[in-house]
Amino acid sequence: MSRVIHKFTRRVPEWKPRVKPVELNSATPEQLNALKVTPSNTKVSSYVLTLAHDVESLTVRSPLFNAIMYDKGGMSRAERELGAIAASMVNRCIYCAAVHADRHAQLEKSTEVTDQLFAQGVNADLSVRDAAIFAFAYKLSKAPPEAGPEDIAALRDAGLSDEEILDLILSSSLFGWANRLMHVLGDPVRPEEAV
Amino acid sequence: MSPFDTTTSIASGVTETGPIAEAIRTRSNIFEMTQAAEDAVLRPKEFGAFPHDFRAALAARIAAHAGDANLAAQYANCTSGMADLSDPSHNSAEDHKVLIAFVDKTSNATKDISADDISLLQSSGVSDADIVRLCELVAFVAYQVRVAAGLRLLQGNKA
Repeated sequence: MSRVIHKFTRRVPEWKPRVKPVELNSATPEQLNALKVTPSNTKVSSYVLTLAHDVESLTVRSPLFNAIMYDKGGMSRAERELGAIAASMVNRCIYCAAVHADRHAQLEKSTEVTDQLFAQGVNADLSVRDAAIFAFAYKLSKAPPEAGPEDIAALRDAGLSDEEILDLILSSSLFGWANRLMHVLGDPVRPEEAV
Repeated sequence: MSPFDTTTSIASGVTETGPIAEAIRTRSNIFEMTQAAEDAVLRPKEFGAFPHDFRAALAARIAAHAGDANLAAQYANCTSGMADLSDPSHNSAEDHKVLIAFVDKTSNATKDISADDISLLQSSGVSDADIVRLCELVAFVAYQVRVAAGLRLLQGNKA
């Protein structure tokens, strides 16, 4: 048995699909081909097998995801993760928030920022730069988007370049996409521990 | 393809000579891949239960809901007369009532989606593959409207 997780955590849960994933032994050649382009090709996750139902989307999304989060130049990786975390908090995607908070903590070698964010949300006590980044990404992730000129001004005041702000727009928007798959198509679960 | 010729750049009004052209050029690949994603999500070869004009109508509806009139107009041009669907103030198109309710909730109240929303689609006869296709469509347009809104702000225009 497993229970669904409802609180933000850095401890990455398992993900249980709400629809039946594609089965590898009955996958089409196109699906098998697409499954290879994902980062984990030795053991295909149930998430990727779920997305394999729409193989054309899966094929184009993986390289786009990697480019937005990992391409060189522009904004630091940890700051792009902040964009991902902000979107995932707005959309309450517990799974995405966990993965990217954990990654942020590893990159920064500190849990301070994500501890603050999960405990205090938009009232988190952050550096001026992190606060401007989080606030912009959080507002852009609302539906409809609520970010305004004052949020861009705060980013510029905090020293961000156009290139960095562009990367922030891309990483937080990307999680508007990822959250609407992960949070909608499945549940974050933890196996029940024996009492 | 130039990064300035994509649907997303056109909707946001960025141009080759505009104030953020240099920044856009550093991420040309991402703009090209975003256009490839749009082609795959809006106009796939395997479209399942959702033909291209129906997808365009839903995309127009989502963009309009998000306040992006430019993007909504680009998609509405490809809908061949599905004005009801593409207009967010219409929500009673009987044929698609369950689908539309799901699209609106996934777009606008993502955090409130629960397992029941998926069960309702399944009990209404939507296949699991089509549920994934529908989510990809909604999710991609959610991404696209936010990139366009962000770019507008970065250029100093109102989003």
